[in-house]
Amino acid sequence: MTLYDLANPTRFLKLVKVVLPWLIVATVAALAVGLYFAFFVAPEDYQQGQTVRIMFVHVPSAQLALMCYAMMALSSVGSLVWKHPLADVSAKAAAPLGAAFTFLALFSGAVWGKPMWGTFWVWDARLTSFLVLLIMYLGIIALWKAIEDPIKAAKVNAIITLVGVINVVIIKFSVEWWNTLHQPPSIIRSGGPAIHSSILIPLGLMALAFVLLFVTLHLMSMRNEIMRRRIRAMRMRAASAAPAASSSTITKAAPAGAR
Amino acid sequence: MSWMKSLFVREYQLANRVGGGALIGVLFFLAVVTIFPFGVGPDMILLSRIGAAILWIGALLATLLGLDRLFQADREDGSLELLVMSGRSLELVVLIKCAAHWAATGLPLVLATPVLSLFVGLDFQSIVLVTLTLLVGAPALTLVGAVGAGVTVSMRRGGVLLSILVIPLAVPILIFGVSAATAGAIDSNNFLVPFLFLCALTLFGLVVGPLAAAAALRVSGE
Repeated sequence: MTLYDLANPTRFLKLVKVVLPWLIVATVAALAVGLYFAFFVAPEDYQQGQTVRIMFVHVPSAQLALMCYAMMALSSVGSLVWKHPLADVSAKAAAPLGAAFTFLALFSGAVWGKPMWGTFWVWDARLTSFLVLLIMYLGIIALWKAIEDPIKAAKVNAIITLVGVINVVIIKFSVEWWNTLHQPPSIIRSGGPAIHSSILIPLGLMALAFVLLFVTLHLMSMRNEIMRRRIRAMRMRAASAAPAASSSTITKAAPAGAR
Repeated sequence: MSWMKSLFVREYQLANRVGGGALIGVLFFLAVVTIFPFGVGPDMILLSRIGAAILWIGALLATLLGLDRLFQADREDGSLELLVMSGRSLELVVLIKCAAHWAATGLPLVLATPVLSLFVGLDFQSIVLVTLTLLVGAPALTLVGAVGAGVTVSMRRGGVLLSILVIPLAVPILIFGVSAATAGAIDSNNFLVPFLFLCALTLFGLVVGPLAAAAALRVSGE
């Protein structure tokens, strides 16, 4: 079975039906283990105390916020180059998830920032880029809702998503140039991680759990979108197949309205 | 070549004559700059500190205001379809339309900037720098705006959504434009780096704007 076979919506739905229960089990298990490690095994920070545990939600959310955008961008390439409806569905399903994870990253950051930095919000480079990212996600969701024809909506969204990809990079760079307060990257950097393994292991577990969560939600959301499109197509077929019936209901309804 | 010139002239004349013309954008710019002191207080020292930012945000809003009609009017009367089917490069058509739109609405904003700078208490050097950065940066605003205009062309009342989509794209332009204008006023050595970035963004917009907007227009024409 090639990737192209998978792209058939009916085969995709069949596969989702098989894979989804296992994914849900894996997600719940990974989240349970990850949260257990995050809350009970990981030590308190000598400076930050218990608030360090917020990081176990914050970092994976932030990572997924970017991953969702990458997913959307890849799907957009799929819908522009191969014009495949499943890529459209994938891009559409990723947008609200990305917005939710971006919001979660901003929210958990604000909750952590209040006791640590003394303020919910600062106009620091990474916070600002994430706020702009959130606006981009919400704009893309609004654009999906604004155009009725799903194929047209997909192409238009793909264009704005791909322009956005270039823009995310420029925004990140320019905002960093503009102002920086956030901690520099401390996990993936030259010279190995700067975090002790007692915190890095729970963090890795949570990151894995969040990725599983994203895959599960994305597949579920894609399945729902395919169903929604089928219902739409059925409705349109039903409407066009019964012009006589609809006109008779209008004539029947007219005296009732006149009364 | 002659079709490009006549398209430019047509677009320029339409932009000048429809809906109050070029002056309406300048008037809006004046209104935005006027409303700022009512919000932050009539403190001339504070105003001169944030003056460049006020002018840039005013110019951004005035540019956004006119963008929703960039392609929509042509779509409504059918001339957009003629342009798409004309066999000319649609990217080039978009670029010419952007150039005409900028000449009709962006350039008057730049010309009005030195006068409006006086209201926010900028000194001579700052006035020159703000005007220069707007001259270089405002085309970038029009070009990224064209992407939003192309994407929302088929929408009735797409103006608000257009602004939401374009404002994130305008963030880097605003950052480098304002920092070139304000840093340059303090120390002229700090001017060149952000100014060159601003030039780069405009050149970048010259490529990405027409490409993406033309792609979006083709989709809406299908």
